[in-house]
Amino acid sequence: MLITNTEIIPGKTITQFHGLVSGSTVRAKHVGRDFMAGLKNIFGGELKGYTELLSESRKEAMERMTAQAKQMGANAVINVRFSTSSVASGAAELYVYGTAVTLS
Amino acid sequence: MENLILVIVLTAVGFVTGKIAENKHYTSIREREKATLKLPITNTRKPLGIAPGNVRLELVTGSVVISVDYFKMMLAGLQNVFGGHVTAYESLIDRARREAILRMKAQKPRATQIFNVRIETTSISKNAGRGAVGSVEVLAYGTALTKAN
Repeated sequence: MLITNTEIIPGKTITQFHGLVSGSTVRAKHVGRDFMAGLKNIFGGELKGYTELLSESRKEAMERMTAQAKQMGANAVINVRFSTSSVASGAAELYVYGTAVTLS
Repeated sequence: MENLILVIVLTAVGFVTGKIAENKHYTSIREREKATLKLPITNTRKPLGIAPGNVRLELVTGSVVISVDYFKMMLAGLQNVFGGHVTAYESLIDRARREAILRMKAQKPRATQIFNVRIETTSISKNAGRGAVGSVEVLAYGTALTKAN
């Protein structure tokens, strides 16, 4: 499964469009991490726990997207976009979407 | 009175630790930026200056969450009153962006270039949505082009 955020793939042609595929996760941080983050808000610096959490969830969202594309019989997802929004205090939604196509 | 003392102490602690963290981070950013100068990135939709041939494409991402310190929060509050540059947050977001780009590059150090790069910034905090900057997440993503042999 090829995943890119470009519309065209040099040297390959798109033979079939399958439509939009997407994946999302909503994650909340657990209390311990939240407490540490609160401390970090005083001292400054990177919040490693949050960085890890967000990239893990993003990976999960991408897995859901590729699973959907596979179901449609696609072999690539192009023009992928990411978006992040905080839906409630302490929870974030990671959303990934793209177009499933067949390349040859 | 006790509250005032607490605020002053927290501000002082934030000033010292925040400054140390920032200086350390900037030194490391500059070093790694020099080391990865040979891997150009562009935000154009097509790869630049590459003849179409046998290439491999791959999505690369890099992200980082950076928190403000107490001193910056107080300073930004003051700067909000007078208007103008909010210098307290400028350096914070600059650090986060450069770090995210470096992490993206680190995913594919052998690539010839990374094109179609997009950078996204989200504010993550308890007061998110009310315009507060508690901590920012920056995500950088693009397509890495590697020459296949």
